[in-house]
Amino acid sequence: MFKLIIVPESLKLLFRLCCRNTFALIFILLLSDSSAFAAPDGKTLFQSNCASCHNPLKAATGPALQNIDKSFPSKEWGYKWIHNSQALVAAGDKDAVAIFEKYNKIAMTAFPQLSNEEIDAILTYVDEFKAPVEAKTEVSGTGKEEDYTSLYVYITLALLVIVLILWKVNQSLTRAANEKEGIQNIKQIPLRRHKAIIAVSAILIFIMAGYWFVNGAVNEGRQQNYQPLQPIYYSHQVHAGINQVNCLYCHAGAEKSRQAMIPSTNVCMNCHKQINAYTDNEKHPLITAEGVKIDGTKEIQKLYQYAGWDPEKKKYILNDKGEIATKRLEWVKIHNLPDHVYFNHSQHVKVGKVQCQRCHGPVQEMDEVYQFAPLSMGWCINCHRQTEVQFKNNNYYTIFEKYHNEIKAGKRSGVKVAEIGGLECQKCHY
Amino acid sequence: MSQKQYWQSLEELNYTEADKQLAENEFKEELPFDLSDNILGATTPRRDFLKFLGFSTLAATVVAGCEIPVRKAIPYAIKPEDIVPGVPNYYASTFIDGNDYCPIIIKTRDGRPIKVEGNENSHITFGGTSARVQASVLNLYDKARNRFPSQDGKEATFKDIDTNILAGLAGKVGYLVTSSIYSPTTLDLIEQFCRKNTNIKHVVYDAISYSGMLQANEACYGKKALPTYHFDKAKTIVSIGADFLGTWVSPVEFAKAYAKGRRVSAKDLRLSRHYQIESTLTTTGASADERATCRPSEVAMVVMALYHAVVNGVATALPSEKLKKLVSKAAKDLSNDGLVVCGSNDVYVQIVVNAINDKIGANRNTINWNVTCNTHKGIDKDMVELVKEVQDGKVGVLMFHGVNPVYTYFDGKKLGDALAKVPVTVSFADRMDETAQKCKFVIPDNNYLESWGDAEPKNGFFSLMQPGIAPLFKTRAFQDSLLIWAGESIKYADYWTKYWLNKFGGNQERFDLALQKGIIEPENGFTPAGYVDFKGDVLTALDKLKAMQPEKGTEIVVYQKIGIGNGGAWSNNPWLLEMPDPITRATWDNYLCVSPARGKELNAELTGFTEVNTKRPIVSVTTKNGHTEKMPVLVVPGMHNDVVAVAVGFGRDAKVGRAAASDATKGGKNAYPFIKLSETNFDYSNIVTIQKTTETYDLAITQTHNSYEHRPIVHEYSLKEFSGDTKILLKQRGVDIAEFASLPFVEKGKEGKEEKEERIIGENTEEKYRENGTLYDKYENEGLKWGMSIDLNTCTGCGACVVGCMAENNISVVGKEHVSLAHEMHWIRIDRYFSGNPEDADSIQTLFQPMLCQHCDNAPCENVCPVSATNHSSEGLNQMAYNRCIGTKYCANNCPYKVRHFNWMDFNGADCFEGNLFEDGRRDDINDDLTRMVLNPDVTVRSRGVMEKCSFCVQRLQEAKLDAKKEGTPLADGKAKTACQMACPSDAILFGNVNDKTSKIYNLRKKEQMERTFYVLEHIHTLPNINYLAKIRNTDEIAAHDEVKDIFYTDHI
Repeated sequence: MFKLIIVPESLKLLFRLCCRNTFALIFILLLSDSSAFAAPDGKTLFQSNCASCHNPLKAATGPALQNIDKSFPSKEWGYKWIHNSQALVAAGDKDAVAIFEKYNKIAMTAFPQLSNEEIDAILTYVDEFKAPVEAKTEVSGTGKEEDYTSLYVYITLALLVIVLILWKVNQSLTRAANEKEGIQNIKQIPLRRHKAIIAVSAILIFIMAGYWFVNGAVNEGRQQNYQPLQPIYYSHQVHAGINQVNCLYCHAGAEKSRQAMIPSTNVCMNCHKQINAYTDNEKHPLITAEGVKIDGTKEIQKLYQYAGWDPEKKKYILNDKGEIATKRLEWVKIHNLPDHVYFNHSQHVKVGKVQCQRCHGPVQEMDEVYQFAPLSMGWCINCHRQTEVQFKNNNYYTIFEKYHNEIKAGKRSGVKVAEIGGLECQKCHY
Repeated sequence: MSQKQYWQSLEELNYTEADKQLAENEFKEELPFDLSDNILGATTPRRDFLKFLGFSTLAATVVAGCEIPVRKAIPYAIKPEDIVPGVPNYYASTFIDGNDYCPIIIKTRDGRPIKVEGNENSHITFGGTSARVQASVLNLYDKARNRFPSQDGKEATFKDIDTNILAGLAGKVGYLVTSSIYSPTTLDLIEQFCRKNTNIKHVVYDAISYSGMLQANEACYGKKALPTYHFDKAKTIVSIGADFLGTWVSPVEFAKAYAKGRRVSAKDLRLSRHYQIESTLTTTGASADERATCRPSEVAMVVMALYHAVVNGVATALPSEKLKKLVSKAAKDLSNDGLVVCGSNDVYVQIVVNAINDKIGANRNTINWNVTCNTHKGIDKDMVELVKEVQDGKVGVLMFHGVNPVYTYFDGKKLGDALAKVPVTVSFADRMDETAQKCKFVIPDNNYLESWGDAEPKNGFFSLMQPGIAPLFKTRAFQDSLLIWAGESIKYADYWTKYWLNKFGGNQERFDLALQKGIIEPENGFTPAGYVDFKGDVLTALDKLKAMQPEKGTEIVVYQKIGIGNGGAWSNNPWLLEMPDPITRATWDNYLCVSPARGKELNAELTGFTEVNTKRPIVSVTTKNGHTEKMPVLVVPGMHNDVVAVAVGFGRDAKVGRAAASDATKGGKNAYPFIKLSETNFDYSNIVTIQKTTETYDLAITQTHNSYEHRPIVHEYSLKEFSGDTKILLKQRGVDIAEFASLPFVEKGKEGKEEKEERIIGENTEEKYRENGTLYDKYENEGLKWGMSIDLNTCTGCGACVVGCMAENNISVVGKEHVSLAHEMHWIRIDRYFSGNPEDADSIQTLFQPMLCQHCDNAPCENVCPVSATNHSSEGLNQMAYNRCIGTKYCANNCPYKVRHFNWMDFNGADCFEGNLFEDGRRDDINDDLTRMVLNPDVTVRSRGVMEKCSFCVQRLQEAKLDAKKEGTPLADGKAKTACQMACPSDAILFGNVNDKTSKIYNLRKKEQMERTFYVLEHIHTLPNINYLAKIRNTDEIAAHDEVKDIFYTDHI
């Protein structure tokens, strides 16, 4: 059945070496991926919890966060403030009141679910955060930190060439010396037919192609940063950010149903019967991602057409059946989960008390909404590993006696979603 | 290891070659693999494999390069206030189909009905349902439904049709033919209509007639109605040919009540005793304690003998010894809260049955004449006379509602031909059935899920019907037509509201509450049965009975299948067509049932044509008046030797629907023409001659698709055995598992004394066995742990759970061809086991065992999955992740219960391209946009190449948990119910959290029914989360004998 292939001893050795290295390489690749699960990831936590109001360097809704921990009276005070700033203010804490006054009495959202460890991770992340350096500065080289990478590459390449030349020279000299001394030379094999080189490059190509292929396959169907053009230029920033409309006012299903629900046009009309023009063009001009300027008032007119509203007469237009003459409003769906995934908004929003921004990002700062999170399974799982359930506030969880006892005994501070079966297949796939 | 001998098929009993092969083969069909050495010359050589591999990799790469489609999300323009997308709404309503009645709850998702459950408020059905009720939601989305009104086969407007009909109404005598109507408003409207059009009379015609009983009751009690039977109060039940758990009168109601008397336990050993005398094997006969067979023409003799045995203590002559024994025994028992029911349609037989019931005092207790039943009203004589008049050309107008006499009338062909003589013919049929095709006008009625309505199934017991969806097509309520033709301008919906609002004295709040509850019934249910005077003339009746001589030769019995019923729209319901018949386990067809001995004569014996082989011989069946039909033969143990049986509801016209259409390969034959008219009543048996032919026909039978290789699966005891030693099962189980409950190295007590005690299951044996019977560590289940219990004593095999599961879990219909290849997808099946001597019909005992994924805690399937697509949850569920499954089928092979099903095809068309629809009618065409509306949006639609199995309705468990979390309360017992549990009319299935010590399931297992609890194949340490309760028969003898015939041990070890 199989042909017996005789492999030269040296090749075998080389192969074995390569194999070992391949495994090592794969191992490293795996490690570099999984290391994200080990400790609380400050970046992820920052982006999902804080980024909607804070920037590390610039003042946004809230102050810039870099080195803000240094301004805290104490570390403990910092934890308290982040867990529930309003409680501190209400308790009459001097520093807290001062900050509250300073920022026009805008309350900071409470984050009771963040553990001290996680807060530390966030603070470390913002402290170490560096402004992304733009490409231009790199070319002009005016920055203090010069990039020597290319230089190293050139030096390495030059050294390699020298090594190659020296090796060749050495080889020729040896051959010449051998000829002189009458020792028979080993037949020269051209480089491209050298078995060791073929083997090494084949394995390298295989690994690289495999890595590229697997990564490509894994990302297949994912749409992070997807930002399609919508039938109406509806700015979430204008509504949820500037005008502070609660998310749940329009997406009323989020607390009741698996779908958060796109509001029906009659919900829009609750406000837009009165508001028929966009007047904030000075302060907040509407511009698409492509740079096209948008006339907000015209967009409201579009809504009237879909809703069947006559803005002149301030009345709904009726068709011959006596029904309101509405038109189908086909929004482009941005957040798409595969059909075999069951996701329930109410479980997360109502039961888990997860902020909308945790998954959808700073929607209140988006004129045009884009997909903030990758919505991949790894991303879901990661959150289930890190997030604690509302264990103490919900009587449903009384059935987990063991955990309650452990909490009482001080053995644990809380219970993660994963610990009550949050990683099991049939929690999301059925 | 010794065990009682049960057999699924005659092949298994005789251990034939075919059966051996079945046990050995991994797959039922030939696989396209060549296992010879000549690999390159094989059907699929290695090079081909590499080509396929290369192609699929390339194809995957190309497809991966495609753009992701842009998906649209379209919100409501004006959102209805009571609909939250993604949250189901429930509406109480009523299922009505001719004589069948069931109060229901409609589950709608985003405005479309997707599931029907029983209404637990009802004192009649207590939330029970039948397979047909469960399947009715699929009829709503039937593609064969009439989509518009038509005149002479062409689409017409309601306005034109009304004008034309109104013009033709006056003049000659006319008839409105309906099935039994028990809706108070509809009856009112019919009366109004007939008052306005005085030449039109209302005639009630039921496809399956009970006029013998109605007439007998009129003669005996002065009431032309059926009484209410209280099977729960009966301690002795004698049924003579009445399949009251399957098809007779009101099976859901009876199954619920009957089950109450069957729930025996070690603490309460009371068990009703059920005698069954019948010609064929019915589900009721299968549940019976004592059973004997007779010819249909001998029923009169049996009834007479029973009367004499009850009155005089001595039974008159009877055809067989067993019957004699049974009748005299039954007669003695009957004085103890007895109840006699009889399926005969003969007036005199029923008068004598009434007399027996009167003598044994049933009218005081088990038969309630205070609350009579309105669901059956048809008198055969009326219909026979009507057909005669039509044939004579005397009729000017004929309207058909809810009936299809051209198909169901025994002389339907003649009626169909005569319809041409009637100037105005109207059908309200939902599809172009056999009668509608011959009618001038077809005005399709709404489906019941689109209708307003009401029902009064029993006097004083009302139930309301409200729509779950607006009419899908251009259809109109039958009542609206009546109103228009009676010259009224009001719509039926308004008329109905007014009528019921009036009943509540105009109190809107009370009316709304009643509508929400769905039923309006006396608060305490049934008033006790008061004694009614028996005024029947028994002596004349007995004389008539004496004159009825048993026939000679072969008799055919025309029966209803539990799924298809009398036909109607059910004939085109793929869920019901694929639901295996409880007794024959056959799908998609009707056939001639014969006894094993008769089968041998007809070449249908074991060798050659087997249950493993799908080919059956065809025989030609001819009645005395020359009606001939060719039908395949199916051997059914327990059939009387001189009786053959055939089911109605098959042999339909192509226009009834593609699934129903009868052709050369499927669909069966119409059995109604075998019915004969004896005097004025239909007789559902007839004399036939049977001739062999050389042809064969494929039947798709599911029972032998899985082999347990003779391992012990069921436990059954007689009441005597069980009451003599209630620990009998615990001891039996002790033999199997107790020795593994303690570690081998643990010190034994004094001189093995402890070991002896260990031989019986004690309180902790199960726990110890769980821990010590394996090398794995013990897994602690925190929080929830789901468990199910199935009572073999109350399971009647009706199949409601099977269809309920299909509706809930989007289970594919695979079609007849694939069923014969063992590709059926049912997550729950009801295994049927026989015991006894197949040559002696009276000795056959039948047992049903619902079999579904046992959610083993030490699951053999989980260990062998190479990709861990199936694994265990912390709640004790055996999970199946479809998108992880790569289709190796190792799990199915390693499952000892054979409950895993592989998607060999893309049965649902889940990822089909546009326009790429199945058009063969063999499946449910679920990839059609209309039919797809029935799918449950919370359950993934599986595609080709993945394994699937029962999930314990995990979507319902998750929903129940989420509801509890939102309320912030612990999950209450009974909040999470599986679909099969809710569908079951006899409450045989119980489900709950076994970690909760207050739950019903925990108490059932550990306290109430500990003595009857067993786990299937417990000794292989799979640790199932489903337990069964052993069957206890109230009989002297269990037909299954202890036998050392364990092929598992002899062949494999």
